[in-house]
Amino acid sequence: MPFFGYVGLFLLLPTGIVVWDAFKNPTGHFTLSGLTALGNSQVRGFFIGSFKLSLVSALVGAVFGAILAYAVASGNPDGVIRRLYLAASGVLAQFGGVTLAFAFLALIGPAPTGLLFHASWYYSFPWGITVIYAYFQIPLMVLVFLPAIDGLKVQWREASDSLGSSAWQYWRYVGGPLLLPAFLGALLLLFANALSAFATIQAWEDQIPYTVAQQIYTSTSSEVGLANINYADALALGMVVLVAIVMTGYALLQRRAARWLR
Amino acid sequence: MTALVAAAKKEGTLNVIALPPTWANYGAIISTFEKKYGITINSALPDGSSQQEVNAIKQENGSPKAPDVVDVGLAVALANTSLFAPYEVSTWSSIPGAQKDPSGLWYEDYGGYMAVGYSTKFGTITSLNQLLGPQFKNAVALNGNPTSANAALNGVMMASLAEGGTAGSIAAGVNFFAKLKKAGNFSPIQATGASIKAGTTPVVFDWDYLNLPSYVGVSNWKVFIPQNAVLGGYYAQAINKNAPHPAAARLWEEFLYSQAADGGQNLWLEGGARPVEQPAMTTDNTINAAAASKLPAVTGTPVFLTQAQSTGAAQYLATNWAKAVS
Repeated sequence: MPFFGYVGLFLLLPTGIVVWDAFKNPTGHFTLSGLTALGNSQVRGFFIGSFKLSLVSALVGAVFGAILAYAVASGNPDGVIRRLYLAASGVLAQFGGVTLAFAFLALIGPAPTGLLFHASWYYSFPWGITVIYAYFQIPLMVLVFLPAIDGLKVQWREASDSLGSSAWQYWRYVGGPLLLPAFLGALLLLFANALSAFATIQAWEDQIPYTVAQQIYTSTSSEVGLANINYADALALGMVVLVAIVMTGYALLQRRAARWLR
Repeated sequence: MTALVAAAKKEGTLNVIALPPTWANYGAIISTFEKKYGITINSALPDGSSQQEVNAIKQENGSPKAPDVVDVGLAVALANTSLFAPYEVSTWSSIPGAQKDPSGLWYEDYGGYMAVGYSTKFGTITSLNQLLGPQFKNAVALNGNPTSANAALNGVMMASLAEGGTAGSIAAGVNFFAKLKKAGNFSPIQATGASIKAGTTPVVFDWDYLNLPSYVGVSNWKVFIPQNAVLGGYYAQAINKNAPHPAAARLWEEFLYSQAADGGQNLWLEGGARPVEQPAMTTDNTINAAAASKLPAVTGTPVFLTQAQSTGAAQYLATNWAKAVS
């Protein structure tokens, strides 16, 4: 019961207010204009931008994070390296927003030297900003995925080896299927993490709106007369729907992936 | 005036809000006033915004800490006239007619022109088209997103005027920034003191008094205003109608609009801002000529956006800015 109270107060109530206000105009009357605005090509562009950035940065974070987590898991479970990685990941997963953007700004600076790409590449969308997002996506993946890898028992690998299977066969038929549901779950978490990230991209691409989150900011704070809180609510509703679609897709995949676990 | 000074001294205190000491010389203005009249100034929330100033009037209504006077952007002044008391300073006739409310509810105080500040490593810049050259890769920044920040909107409008547009249409400016973006020269990072010092935004579109080497804190920095693209923007003074120190508030306004050598108008000028009575002071020879000669040079007639023009520009940006620069 306290759980439902908590969820109601901090999840359902705000969502309800957003949905309710999305159907009103600034004078408080019922309207569908906020919703029809979601259909115009510019707003569609913001949603496509948000989706692209979230997907790409989630995939990059998940793949590299999973590899890193595997490397950490295969080390000494009480070793210094593992503790160092976990502590660093715990800190870095929270290292986002303006601090991260400013760290990059200082890194790139006026005359970049020794960087992989020209400085302008880091401003590109979605790849440049994905590199910046990777700084919190990869550590987050390490944190959430490590327990799943730890769950793989050494005995399973030994059994598979003693039955004469190759490393590829072990991962294809044993390790992979075991980890897939956890991997997909972590991927979804990273997707939502990137979708709701705002301060980093706002500090990095302030003057160019690419994502829905940036556009919500503009419509709540514009000092040139474009502030429209109901339009912001409609955009937020759109994000709720986007997450719902991704969640549904995830649930279907999860069911398929975990079928044999039952 | 003598009666006003006596009444203000009796109140002894003045509450001001959102006046950063480095902005337009407010540090010196506040200390000069305090010394001259022996009145203590409580300066609240020095880095606040115009909207926060009027919010403070509403929220602190009736409290002795409520702001007595505000210095706000014109849009905010126009939207909140019901909070202000009418007052006409003794130099009222020196304020150009278009820059004050006929009933005295608000009156513009100082302002500037939209300018391009740039690092001297680029040599001398005399036209916006130079900025499309390859040496400006990633260099050019606005002060914010033009669909939300007023200074950025005016930056795009200034480019529009320089490209042959009119105050009624910002399209040419949006085109200019699209070309800039295509050339890879438009930096998406908002220009701030920090980004200028780090060298990440070596070319910045902003108001000239916020683009001075002394304000940005970088010595190898120059400012220019493109030919025939003189776009002005002014702040406005107003008195809280429920001011806790009504006499001090009025004395403050008299001080700010005084044309004396140590009056507010010349002090603003020394801070790089253009005082609203500058044309009259130039005619009357009351202006600090040395400070005036340091302002960036201007060729062409200044343009001031009307409320309708600025709303029109915002509407155009709402549908076209994202497309042009992404």
